[in-house]
Amino acid sequence: MPDLLFELFSEEIPARMQAKAADDLRRMVTDRLVAEGLVYEGAKAFATPRRLTLTVHGIPARQSDLKEERRGPRVGGPEAAIAGFLKATGLASIEEAKIQRDPKKGDFYIALIEKPGRATLDVLADMLPVIIRTFPWPKSMRWGERSARPSSLQWVRPLHAIVATFGMETEEPDVVNFSVDGITAGQTTFGHRFMAPAAISVRRFEDYEAKLLDAKVVLDPERRKDTIVTDAKQLAFAQGFELVEDQGLLDEVAGLVEWPVVLMGSFDEEFLSIPGEVIRATIRNNQKCFVVNDPKTGKLTNKFILTANIEASDGGKTIVGGNERVIRARLSDAKFFYETDLKTRLEDRLPKFDGIVFHEKLGTQGERIARIERLAAEIAPRVGADVEKTKRAAHLAKADLLTEVVGEFPELQGLMGKYYALAQGEDASVAAASEEHYKPQGPNDRVPSDPVSVAVALADKIDILVGFWGNDEKPTGSKDPFALRRAALGIIRIVSSNEIRISLLRFIEIAWFGYAMGEAGVIGESNRFSADLLAFFADRLKVQLREQGARHDLVDAVFALEGQDDLLMVVRRVEALGKFLDTDDGKNLLAGTKRASNILAIEEKKDKRSYDGAPDPALYSLPEEKALAKAIEQVKVEASAAVAKEDFAGAMSALAKLRPAVDAFFDKVKVNDDNPQVRENRLKLLNEIRAATRAVADFSKIQD
Amino acid sequence: MDTLPAHMRPERSFQGFILALQRYWADQGCVILQPYDMEMGAGTFHPATTLRALGPKRWNAAYVQPSRRPKDGRYGENPNRMQYYYQFQVILKPSPPNMQELYLKSLEAIGIDQRLHDIRFVEDDWESPTLGAWGLGWECWCDGMEVSQFTYFQQVAGVECAPVSGELTYGLERLAMYVQGVDRVYDLNFNGREGADKVTYGDVFLQAEQEYSRHNFEYADTGMLFKQFVMAEEACKKYLEAGWVSGHDQKRHLMALPAYDQCIKASHVFNLLDARGVISVTERQSYIMRVRELAKACGEAWVHTEAGGAA
Repeated sequence: MPDLLFELFSEEIPARMQAKAADDLRRMVTDRLVAEGLVYEGAKAFATPRRLTLTVHGIPARQSDLKEERRGPRVGGPEAAIAGFLKATGLASIEEAKIQRDPKKGDFYIALIEKPGRATLDVLADMLPVIIRTFPWPKSMRWGERSARPSSLQWVRPLHAIVATFGMETEEPDVVNFSVDGITAGQTTFGHRFMAPAAISVRRFEDYEAKLLDAKVVLDPERRKDTIVTDAKQLAFAQGFELVEDQGLLDEVAGLVEWPVVLMGSFDEEFLSIPGEVIRATIRNNQKCFVVNDPKTGKLTNKFILTANIEASDGGKTIVGGNERVIRARLSDAKFFYETDLKTRLEDRLPKFDGIVFHEKLGTQGERIARIERLAAEIAPRVGADVEKTKRAAHLAKADLLTEVVGEFPELQGLMGKYYALAQGEDASVAAASEEHYKPQGPNDRVPSDPVSVAVALADKIDILVGFWGNDEKPTGSKDPFALRRAALGIIRIVSSNEIRISLLRFIEIAWFGYAMGEAGVIGESNRFSADLLAFFADRLKVQLREQGARHDLVDAVFALEGQDDLLMVVRRVEALGKFLDTDDGKNLLAGTKRASNILAIEEKKDKRSYDGAPDPALYSLPEEKALAKAIEQVKVEASAAVAKEDFAGAMSALAKLRPAVDAFFDKVKVNDDNPQVRENRLKLLNEIRAATRAVADFSKIQD
Repeated sequence: MDTLPAHMRPERSFQGFILALQRYWADQGCVILQPYDMEMGAGTFHPATTLRALGPKRWNAAYVQPSRRPKDGRYGENPNRMQYYYQFQVILKPSPPNMQELYLKSLEAIGIDQRLHDIRFVEDDWESPTLGAWGLGWECWCDGMEVSQFTYFQQVAGVECAPVSGELTYGLERLAMYVQGVDRVYDLNFNGREGADKVTYGDVFLQAEQEYSRHNFEYADTGMLFKQFVMAEEACKKYLEAGWVSGHDQKRHLMALPAYDQCIKASHVFNLLDARGVISVTERQSYIMRVRELAKACGEAWVHTEAGGAA
């Protein structure tokens, strides 16, 4: 079956857009093919800085013929209706239509329409220009003479040529015949901009890819990446160093070249006095070069690796020299920034924060820092942190936002604060909090463990959550610009990995008070939103458990109990409950409890009353009733005692003792006894089972 | 090139370098203009770019424009950052289909051999909030150094460009430093002579950098500048209002250029105030908005002038 080759040749496409564009192209073309009834065998898309290419192989040469019956007006219907029917179906006269008998509604006409399948070449000629015109570039533009017209083509950068061929391997393929905004599809593409700029005539994907390679274009981005990584490692290794791998940078660099040529340069060793992260950010962000480690010291060495787009006539000497000059200038700037920053003490930068709005409803950065400071001081004793150190740490933690280096490289926030704090002689814990209080940033980021960092990190996150909840600005759907979900999850992770006992509601209250005292504006009463905020934590915890493959429905079962705002205890309880429910005792008790709850729910609804009073022992008639009542008494005491000691495993073992009595009860006892008094008493006993299990969780919230 | 005397070669002298670029773009049919006689932050502010980019008429021009960035002053101590430097600006309307090739040939004209250097077009979306303008294009890299900006204007002064212009901005000092192989801008050979006859960039501009840095950061009279901003803003609006005439069924404007001068003025005064650090973050935004409003009104006036394409 024939194959399609489709190339869109343009001026340089931004590196960050290439992978998605290739994917979009493949998806759009293949979706349309399938929608046209053309099922293909395979498709692959590629991108370079100057082209998007798609190959689809094994497409049928034509669509299959379609037969369709269309229902028309009734026999003897109005003439206008019959005329319309003839026009719509293309029949010459009504005699060509079939008549369908229908004794109930009357006979009507049926047209048999045979639609012959179109040649795929024609289908492609219709569909490819539409795909070009509707291509979802994140940002597109107009250009040239034609841009004066209202419907001119938009593309990511000026589009120059289109290759579109369709045909079998053994034959000369056909050109898909279409043009878009003055560009006619054909068989001509171009090689590397500098090394082989001439036009190339191509037939199909196989010779296209090979001819491009001869013309110094590596079509497949994965191949370009392989070359870059392999050569870069080799270059570093040859000098006894190792490449600092960087996937994001690699993706970007591979999108900047059609013919990667990897070269190594160096810079003056004096720059190694700047923190390694600053050197890396400078070289990476501004110059898109890799840095190199010396395995002997574990630190950066004065080398960098660049990826050029040409094989230069001097072997790359000039290119390396040029890059070295730029990197030297950039590093001098960075060094100057770093040294300038060191001249100002962090606390001296703080007054400026009073003039910087953090969020229109949450006041200035200055106010936010003051709130975090107060809240962190409250939290400190609960996490075993020194109060004075914690206050100092919170005071300084954000100060580096106004330094030159962070202004230049925002991703170094916190880290620079640590360096500057150490340089001005702050306590190590205080300095570390600058960096640590932002953590954990993502699922793989480390969780702070130093108590001072923990206190500041918790305060930072609680403050922002309370501020946004108080103003009713909660994240919706994919919109979470202030990363509130990450903040809540961060709190959960800090609390559980450091085993911190903290009443969230109490700290929500304190944080709210911080807002109420400040000038940041009115925020709602804390009791109005604290339950909702707590539910948000429950949701985060569920998401986290689900990602770990644990049972997230147990979170609801625990949060349904009164006063559950100690996240560590919630997590512990959920863990113990999960383990218990994995045992036979657990499973059966859950089934028994649910059965009790279901019966109760039905009867309570029927009788329009609840059965929550204590049962009357005098009304017990069967031994299983008495045994259950006794077991409940015993379990209640034991489970509550264990919970009070926060021994959740113990509470679960106590609950396990309930199981045989519950099983026996359901086995032998009829709840809805004919005697209404006995019935009421038995329902109350069922309620007791529910009540006993509520010592550890609300079993009705657990999914089967 | 062979006939060029040594002191005029682009790799030997700064002025020879500028002349080579002018010569090249003159050969492409551009009007070679002289710098606009007002202080401005970038060559884009020159009415030959901002206003001429609007409307349907063809327009190809190239010129050097001294650019004043008060905040970038470093008292002459930084090897390549200055509060006053030259930009070389090219505007081609409509953007020709071979604009990238034209640009690359211009690099050859100033001595950058493409077999030896690694030239790259790296994504850079351009936006000027003060001009109400945006475009897509690249920063052009030569061996890892940004040497030019290449932009296809999509909108200027709030008006859609139809047709689109292509704009090139060369950082002249930086490029010349590269071609001459010097690391400090003040060491650039300005006139291409050697020995006692040699004049460096530092001879011409170092004292000015020191004096203006002092002025921009420490002494610029902010009281006066605040007043000047308001005066320029009011004058701009006044001229714009006075310029409108209605004849037949067509609206025309007769004073777009003088009004736009006041917009340029307001923008520069704002930059000076900003350098003095007397504008807070929130105020800053509102000043930018005010300049943009002026620019937009000037653009609107311009498209109702003859050169702006009004019938």
